[in-house]
Amino acid sequence: MKKLLSLVLIALIAFSLLPASAQGVVRVFNWEDYIDPEVISLFEEETGIKVDYMRFTLNEDMMVQVRNSPGYFDLVFPSDYAIERMISEELLQPIDFEKVPNSAQTLDWLQNPDYDPEHKYSIPYMWGTVGILYDANRVKEPIDSWGVLFEDTYKGEVFMLDSPRDALGVALKYLGYSVNSKNPAEIKAAADLLIKQKQDGIVKAYQVDETKDKMVAGEGILAVMWSGDAQYAIDESPEGIDLTYVVPKEGSNVWVDGMVIPASAPNPENALAFIDFLSRPEIAKMNCEYIRYSSPNKGAIELMGEEYTSNTNLNPSQETIDNCEFFHDNADVKVLYDTFWGMVKNAK
Amino acid sequence: MSNMRFPPWAIWAMLAGLAGFAAMIAASVRHNRGVRRSLFAYPYGLWMVVFTIIPLLLIGYYAFTNKAGQFTLDNFKTFWDSNYEMNKQLIELGMDPQTLGSARGTVNVDTLVYSLWMAFLCTAICLFVGYPAALFMADREFKLGSTLVILFIIPMWMNFLLRTIAWMSLLEDNGLINTILSAIGLPRMQLMYNSQAVLLGMVYNYLPFMVFPIYNALAKQDGKLSEAAMDLGASPMLTFWRVTMPLSLPGVISGITMVFMPSVTTFFIPRVLGGGNTEMFGDLIERTFLSADNWNVGSALSLIMMILILMSLTLLRKVDPEGEGGSTI
Repeated sequence: MKKLLSLVLIALIAFSLLPASAQGVVRVFNWEDYIDPEVISLFEEETGIKVDYMRFTLNEDMMVQVRNSPGYFDLVFPSDYAIERMISEELLQPIDFEKVPNSAQTLDWLQNPDYDPEHKYSIPYMWGTVGILYDANRVKEPIDSWGVLFEDTYKGEVFMLDSPRDALGVALKYLGYSVNSKNPAEIKAAADLLIKQKQDGIVKAYQVDETKDKMVAGEGILAVMWSGDAQYAIDESPEGIDLTYVVPKEGSNVWVDGMVIPASAPNPENALAFIDFLSRPEIAKMNCEYIRYSSPNKGAIELMGEEYTSNTNLNPSQETIDNCEFFHDNADVKVLYDTFWGMVKNAK
Repeated sequence: MSNMRFPPWAIWAMLAGLAGFAAMIAASVRHNRGVRRSLFAYPYGLWMVVFTIIPLLLIGYYAFTNKAGQFTLDNFKTFWDSNYEMNKQLIELGMDPQTLGSARGTVNVDTLVYSLWMAFLCTAICLFVGYPAALFMADREFKLGSTLVILFIIPMWMNFLLRTIAWMSLLEDNGLINTILSAIGLPRMQLMYNSQAVLLGMVYNYLPFMVFPIYNALAKQDGKLSEAAMDLGASPMLTFWRVTMPLSLPGVISGITMVFMPSVTTFFIPRVLGGGNTEMFGDLIERTFLSADNWNVGSALSLIMMILILMSLTLLRKVDPEGEGGSTI
């Protein structure tokens, strides 16, 4: 009986300690494992606004949910091309930049990205590149081109990304085309290159999340990878495996995950407050160090200092960035990418 | 209705419904003794409606409609010609599909044929390995029989995903097997990222479903029957072929059903052990739903899969009309 009573008391005390709900809530829809949990409690403590936090793993799933639940989400974190799609579907509302003074911290080259042409709807949250992660101890020459993925030299030692746009994007770039190509002949040429690569036995596996751990374990020599995953693998790699990341000279894909407010958001004011909080240099630094992708926040970069700025994986030169392209919304040719990707996956 | 879409969990619910439907059919084939009307059946009935009937209706709805919700057979044309949707879009964009030299796209049909072939191989290996194992376990003279049964069951306490991932650490280039090989001076082998590894994973996961129905059929056989055969002068070999084996056939058929069905619909194993180099029909359906974001074609593919399973079950029912291949699983 005493036990029960104390349990009830503990529960009561715990409830009374919860932040007052008078300040309302902000319903956040973010990528899986994409925020330092500490940041959420700091925000709740400071503002009294409760963060109702939900997660997704695919832009496509996220868009379905935002479309189908009008008036539910206050703040969403789509990638570049998804932002473009959502703008065109009129799912977003313009951001009142006056209420987000910390947005001035955004890096200059991200101030006016082409996926949000008028720079009205989004503020960057994290960004990164796609490149090649390789084991420097086992390559014969310095790696600087996508071409190495299509030669016999590293037969059976190459990990590719298991995703139509990313895998075809690599082949398109190597052939000198845009990652956003809408030309059927170019997409076909890219697919043919990937089919030949597979038939020649160069590819070890098509994977996404597993690859970084495989590279740490020395299971492959080359892997197409996102910069943040590459940095994770480099940090985790044991003695004897010398992992290095490079963005090939032909150029690549650079991506941004931004913060946007749905047109139907019930609490846009709270969303603005949360965006401003996340754009604070100290908070952006916390998130960057937790997630290990690149920060678009000048103040945070300054706070992280030499250790961050000298890391060319996370902080590539402007020249490298300018050589890369954002993905753009490709709704009208998506079926081409998916169909050709099916041919690659089933080539024998 | 036209924009009716569902969150990812709904897809999983539908897949679960599919599996449930298959299990239901299997159960009704085995115990075809009519439905007992009982109050106790209501919770299960509700469960079936929510997770089997409704998802099935939805799959049917999506399979026969396009993205705008209008009736169409295009999704089934896409099954036959995997380039169908692409060519339609090219024409819409004012381009001639012929410039890509596109003949009929065989990806979907090929994947189905490959899945059926893999399922056949898996079932055959399971039968070949499983029958002798069941025979040993059911033998009253064999003292370790019940221990063997437990050894077969214990791995099934673990989740199937975990067991499959565990195989990965055995088969990897720097995995346990290769480490041992190189320690004793033998060359390393590429054991993973191919269809043999996928087959191994399938056999490993589905073998118990073959062994237990056969074991049950053998264990409940009256020992006096084979004793009588021997007394009448039959050799042990003849006794097996003329008495033991024919009496165990219902168990064999049940085992074949229970291995073949999940084998055809296998997914995830090709991705983990096959390194995504070989795609099975289950993976194709998943990719069509999620990555290609095409619920209509995905539903059509699922429907075709279900019809195939139904057909193979009907065939089996002809072979085993009494439905005697009962099992405890």
